[in-house]
Amino acid sequence: MRIGIPRETLKGENRVAATPKTVPQLIKMGYEVSVEKGAGLRADFLDAAYSDAGAGIVDAGSAWGADLVLTVNEPTDEQLALMRPGAALISFFAPRQNPDVLDKLAAAKLTALSMDMVPRISRAQSMDALSSMANISGYRAVIEALHSFGRFMGGQVTAAGKVPPANVFVIGTGVAGLAAIGAANSLGAVVRATDVRPETAEQVESMGATFVNVAAGEADQGVSSDGYAKETSDDFNKRAAVMYAEQTAKADIVVSTAAIPGKPSPRLITAEMVANMTPGSVIVDLAAAGGGNCELTKAGASYITDNDVTIIGYTDLASRLPGQSSQLYGTNLVNLLKLMTPENDGQLVVDFDDEVVRTSTITRDGEITFPPPPVQVSAAPAPAPAAAAVPAVVAEKKPADWRRSFAIIGVAAIVLIGLLTFAPANFLSLMSVFVLACVVGYYVVWNVNHALHTPLMSETNAISGIIVVGAMLQLPGLAHASDGLGWTFRIIAFIATLIASINVFGGFTVTNRMLSMFRRG
Amino acid sequence: MVVSQLVQSTYIVSGLLFILALAGLAQHETAKRGNAFGVLGMSLALIATIIELVAGKPDWITFAMLIAAVAIGAVIGIVKALRVQMTGMPELVAQLHSFVGLAAVLVGFNSFFERQSNEGGHLVEVFLGVFIGAITFTGSVVAWGKLSEHMPSKPLTLPGRNWLNLGIIVASVALGVWFVKAANLSTGLIPLIIMTVLALLLGLHLVFAIGGADMPVVVSMLNSYSGWAAAFAGFMLGVPVLVVTGCLVGASGAILSYIMCRAMNRSFISVILGGFGVEAGTVVAGVDQGEIHEIKPDQVAQDLWEAKSVIITPGYGMAVAQAQGAVADLTQRLRNHGVEVRFAIHPVAGRLPGHMNVLLAEAKVPYDIVLEMDEINDDFKNTDVVLVIGANDTVNPAAMEPGTPISGMPVCHVWEAKECVVFKRSMAVGYAGVQNPLFFKDNSVMCFGDAKATVQAIVAALPSPTPALTA
Repeated sequence: MRIGIPRETLKGENRVAATPKTVPQLIKMGYEVSVEKGAGLRADFLDAAYSDAGAGIVDAGSAWGADLVLTVNEPTDEQLALMRPGAALISFFAPRQNPDVLDKLAAAKLTALSMDMVPRISRAQSMDALSSMANISGYRAVIEALHSFGRFMGGQVTAAGKVPPANVFVIGTGVAGLAAIGAANSLGAVVRATDVRPETAEQVESMGATFVNVAAGEADQGVSSDGYAKETSDDFNKRAAVMYAEQTAKADIVVSTAAIPGKPSPRLITAEMVANMTPGSVIVDLAAAGGGNCELTKAGASYITDNDVTIIGYTDLASRLPGQSSQLYGTNLVNLLKLMTPENDGQLVVDFDDEVVRTSTITRDGEITFPPPPVQVSAAPAPAPAAAAVPAVVAEKKPADWRRSFAIIGVAAIVLIGLLTFAPANFLSLMSVFVLACVVGYYVVWNVNHALHTPLMSETNAISGIIVVGAMLQLPGLAHASDGLGWTFRIIAFIATLIASINVFGGFTVTNRMLSMFRRG
Repeated sequence: MVVSQLVQSTYIVSGLLFILALAGLAQHETAKRGNAFGVLGMSLALIATIIELVAGKPDWITFAMLIAAVAIGAVIGIVKALRVQMTGMPELVAQLHSFVGLAAVLVGFNSFFERQSNEGGHLVEVFLGVFIGAITFTGSVVAWGKLSEHMPSKPLTLPGRNWLNLGIIVASVALGVWFVKAANLSTGLIPLIIMTVLALLLGLHLVFAIGGADMPVVVSMLNSYSGWAAAFAGFMLGVPVLVVTGCLVGASGAILSYIMCRAMNRSFISVILGGFGVEAGTVVAGVDQGEIHEIKPDQVAQDLWEAKSVIITPGYGMAVAQAQGAVADLTQRLRNHGVEVRFAIHPVAGRLPGHMNVLLAEAKVPYDIVLEMDEINDDFKNTDVVLVIGANDTVNPAAMEPGTPISGMPVCHVWEAKECVVFKRSMAVGYAGVQNPLFFKDNSVMCFGDAKATVQAIVAALPSPTPALTA
């Protein structure tokens, strides 16, 4: 099969779907690769580099006419018309937000895979282009902010005075948010971050930032089952707004990344909050494409407000690092094609039994296959099943009505008194010893350190050899030696003494041997 | 009279010293002192018993027998204790349990001969003591056989095995009634002997039915039985120190069994009834789980050398391969290089409670870096590399999901680390017969081969220690 890599025609788009590094990987899978002339130019990949890598340099018509076309952006109607029926197309289509595209693809009789539909499961991480792009956007957001910001990021003590570090506040700690935290942190800024998913606090801290919690309330969001944030309740939003107002006023740079897939971005930063920010501060709104997290964001533009706050609403942050984003996107595509080229023979196999392929495919041979059946994915594998398991355990452990156990113990006590009343007197005194010893044993043994359980066993082996006392006392024989039985009796006592002695001496020795081995580091 | 008072007082003190002995085992720092208290208590009890014997003015044969029995027992015991390999501790412990059981049976029979009385209370004590002693004896012998691989560790599942056990118990109760009603020695001996044989069979059958993976529970349970056997011996002989000691041991074994069961999320009853893991290897095996990633020892060495923190999770496989020395070497080298190395011990790792701790202690791994699962489980996610050495079910993420035989069992969350290296001989399933999704995770890599050889290869592949800088 031939893969076509057309030049992206969308205004401001610098990326390309294959690089001279990914082309040989595609060829290794058995494909032939045709790159449109000048496709990589804006990402600094020259045609010569592609042809050195083994790709053919072709015109637009030939690139679009390939059996499999890889692009970054949704093709225009004219470009779709260049494709031949039955061919395959892989790109970003955003079918949830943009359902019209499905009909167009179906009309063109194409098999289309949308990279934004790749499910967020562990196995598909290497194909998750949204994460790749978000990572770059987060990094670039900090760089853009820095460019407009008039001071150092890191604090310094210089001969000309002390410089405080910049305060950076990151809203939304998905991949982009975490990347922004990492970039800001490594430039020396003091970074705080927040997210509606409290379980991300740990990731935030691992990146070197401080997590800011919204004041606690009821019905807060737990772990999301699909790995993305959901919309939040009104009550939560009120409490959150207080926190955002505080944090934005303190911050020099705000990076907001709170985007909900397929929905307008939540309005988190009001005009009033912006008015309270220090002149010279910068807001970078990565959710600009969905309307922005900031009320004042202008999508695709950067401007300065009346109180001298720069608001950056670029929607093409990833494209502003074209070499890097093309390389990562290209690799995501290579990984997806590896999955779909099981025989390494250059034949694309659309296997609907594979959930990654099934979920990503939005049309197959002109038939719409969107939406896919739901995939419950494991963005946070450990907590989710644990959370499900916890209620069952709790319910089990919950103490029953105390009166019930009281009644049982009461009845048992009376029965026991009844039984013991008719027991021999000698038995009673031993019974009190027995009961007390059981209680003492219970408390003493619970205290034993887990690591010492083996020595505990050998120690108890040794002391249960105390039965030797009984055996020894039987050695002299029967007081009323009846014929024959006397010697049997003594020999039994002898054997019992012998084996119990093995326990006593063996048990103590081996315990001591083990305990000598334990040493502190 | 004075002698009798002295002896009884000594027994009380011995009992207290035994309590102090177990109390000392609570901490590593006080453990040796605890053992010394135990030795002191035992010595006092033995001296007191000898004084009592002497006071009875017995013949010289008694002394000869006493000295011979204790001397032979001491030599056997000490030699065994000094020779045993730390990997062989479970076998030794099982053997020692069987001795207590047998001694209880013998003492019980003798106690019956001695009194020849028709006193009901005493007869009940004898009967119970012999019954439980006999179960302990054969049960421990089978446990020893399974642990030392003299017998197959696969559970033996006879049809209607629970009814068989119940039948033996009912028969024993009936024999007990016959025994107590019996008029004299010879008529009483018959039910006693029949019951003993039945109890011996019960012990055999009980432990034959339990699979190798449940051995920690079985050994703890037999520990408990041996204690109760000693306690009943104390009742029939009227010696309080035996009762006290028996209770301590009985409680200890019962608590250990409980801890082990909780660690496997299984009820004590289901372990005792046995038969777990019968369909080994058929449960989920065969379902395509994805692909595994293999890694070579020199790559593992490099990853470890570059890591900040490492957790080692050993299992029974480490004991089988005798890899503890090599693991200790690796730990030492990494710690010298500044890597934080810790151990995560699952409560049921090995074949005896605390087995892994003893093995690591033998290899001179400091005990303060050897942590229990609950102490360290939250730290896996901040760990660079986890080495899983010979563990399978105890690190199986399938336990977190419903519908598998090990669901709900607490496990070490090794998969949360950045990289998880699994040392295995092959892709075989663990005792529970559950396929382990851990092996197919993206951050898991498999290192096939004998654990000891692999770890040694890793140690050899570590960069040579940096020469000390001269000041």
